[in-house]
Amino acid sequence: MIRFQEVTKTYAKGETALRDVSFRVSKGEFLFLTGHSGAGKSTVLKLLYAEQRPTHGEVRVSGFLVSSLGRAEVPRLRRRLGVVFQDFRLLEDRTAEENVAFALEVTGARRDTISNRVARVMTQVGLASKMRAYPSELSGGEQQRVVIARALVNDPPILLADEPTGNLDPRATRGIFKLLQDINAGGTCVVMATHNLDLVRRAEYRSIEMRSGAIVFDSAEADRPAATS
Amino acid sequence: MRLLLREALLSFRRAPLLSALSITTIAFSLFTVGLFGLVAINMQQALRDVGTRVEIVAYIMRGTPLEAITVAAQDINAFPEVSAVDYIDEEQALAQAQAELVEFRDAYRDLRVNPLPASFEIHLREGSRDAAIVAAVAERVTGFDFIDDVRFGRVWIERLDQIRNVAGMVGLIIGIAFAAAAIVIIGTTIRMAVLQRAREITIMRLVGATDWFIRGPFLLEGALKGLLGGVCAIGLAYAAFVVFGKRAVALPDLVFFEPLQLAIGVLFGVAIGLSGSLVSVGRHLKDV
Repeated sequence: MIRFQEVTKTYAKGETALRDVSFRVSKGEFLFLTGHSGAGKSTVLKLLYAEQRPTHGEVRVSGFLVSSLGRAEVPRLRRRLGVVFQDFRLLEDRTAEENVAFALEVTGARRDTISNRVARVMTQVGLASKMRAYPSELSGGEQQRVVIARALVNDPPILLADEPTGNLDPRATRGIFKLLQDINAGGTCVVMATHNLDLVRRAEYRSIEMRSGAIVFDSAEADRPAATS
Repeated sequence: MRLLLREALLSFRRAPLLSALSITTIAFSLFTVGLFGLVAINMQQALRDVGTRVEIVAYIMRGTPLEAITVAAQDINAFPEVSAVDYIDEEQALAQAQAELVEFRDAYRDLRVNPLPASFEIHLREGSRDAAIVAAVAERVTGFDFIDDVRFGRVWIERLDQIRNVAGMVGLIIGIAFAAAAIVIIGTTIRMAVLQRAREITIMRLVGATDWFIRGPFLLEGALKGLLGGVCAIGLAYAAFVVFGKRAVALPDLVFFEPLQLAIGVLFGVAIGLSGSLVSVGRHLKDV
C-alpha cells in the first residue's frame, strides 16, 4: 500500500529533512510515526500526499509513484487519500456539512449522491446532529471529527493524520483516537504522526520512531526474530 | 456548473468595490470604442448614400460616332468596379436639366442649339466607392480619347473617407488603452481574490481538486465582469446615441449598431475579462 525506498528529501534551503528512509505499510495496517518536532514525520506525510517530492529514492502510495507523478495526476492520488491535520483546516464560512460536501464537489460527484454520503460519514464520526453548525460553533474535538468526515467521504483506502490530537484535551483525544481505530477496523490503512506516546503505548499498533530525518526504531523490525548467523 | 457559478458569484460579494471598478473600466473601454465606432459606421452610411448619388460622369465630345460610344460603354461596363453605365445623349441631357433645374427651365426652352454634351453616368459597385477606386476608374475612363471631361465628387469622398478612418483609429487606440487598463485591474482583483482565498485553495488541492477546477470560478468571475461591462457599455452608447440624435436634427438618418456588432462588442468585453483573470490566476495560483 505504501513503500518508501531509500528516500532522501532535501529542501531548497539545503536542510535535509529525510535521510535514506525505507519502510513499507501493508493494506489495512495502523502505523504510528513518532519523534520530536523536526524529526521528519510531517515530511513523510507530505511525500505521501505529494505535497513534496523525494530528492532521491522512491515513494509509492496506493499504486502511484510519487517520485515521478505528473502535476495533473496529483489530484487523482489525493482522491485516494484522506488527510487530517492538527489545525483542522476547515472553511469558516461554511457549515460542517458543506465542508464535508466540498471534498466531494471538487471531485465532480453527482449532487444526489453527495448529500447521502455526507450524512453517512457525519453519522460515522458521531456528528449527525451538528451538520448545520459552523466550525466556530463546534469544539476542537468536534471540528476534528468534521475534518475526519471530510477525509473519509471519498472512501479512501489510506488515511493520513498529522498530529490529529495535538490541539485537543485528553478526553477529545481519546474520542478522536477511538474514531481512528474504528476507521482502521473497517479496513482503512491509517498513518498517524503524533507526539502523544501515551496513545502509542496504549495501543498495540506498529510504530516508527524518527530522529533527525532517519528511522531509529521500527516496532515491526524489533518484533521480528533476529536472524541467526 | 452550479458550484462554479456559486463560487464565482461569491467573489462579487466579497469584493464588491473592486468588482464594480473592473466592470466600470471594461464598460468605459468598450463605450469609447463604441462611440468612435458609431461615428465611423454613420460616416460609412453617409458615404454609402453619397456614393449612390455621386457617381462618375464622363462627358463625350460632340460628333463622336454612336458605334464608338456603344463599344466604350460595353468596355466600361466590363470594369470590375462598375455596376452599370448609362448613356445619356444630348436630348436626354437637356430633358434632364429642364426637369431637375427648374430655375433655368425658361432659359433652356429658348435655346436654339442644345449646349449640353452627351455623357456616360457610371455607377460603381458597393465596396468600390472609396476615393481611391473612384479616382482610378475616372482615370481609366479619361483614357478614351473622345471623353472630354470626367467629374466626380472627389474631394467630398476623400474627406469623408479620411474622417472615417481617423475616427476608427482614434477609437481603436483609446479603446485599446482602456482595455489594457481593464485587464490590469481585473488581474489585480483576481490576484487579491486568489490571495484572499489561499486557504480555501490549499484545502481544495488537498481534497483532490484539479487545477482547472480551482481556476474555473476565477475565470468565470472575469468573464462575467467582462459580460456586465459589455452590457453597460451598450447601455451607455445607446444613451449617448439617443441624446445626440435629439440634438442633431440636421442628421436625421443616424444609425445604431446592428445586433451582430453588439454581440461582438460584448464578446470583446468577455475576452478582456477572461484574459485578465487567466493571466492573474496562472501567475498566482502557483504561489498558493
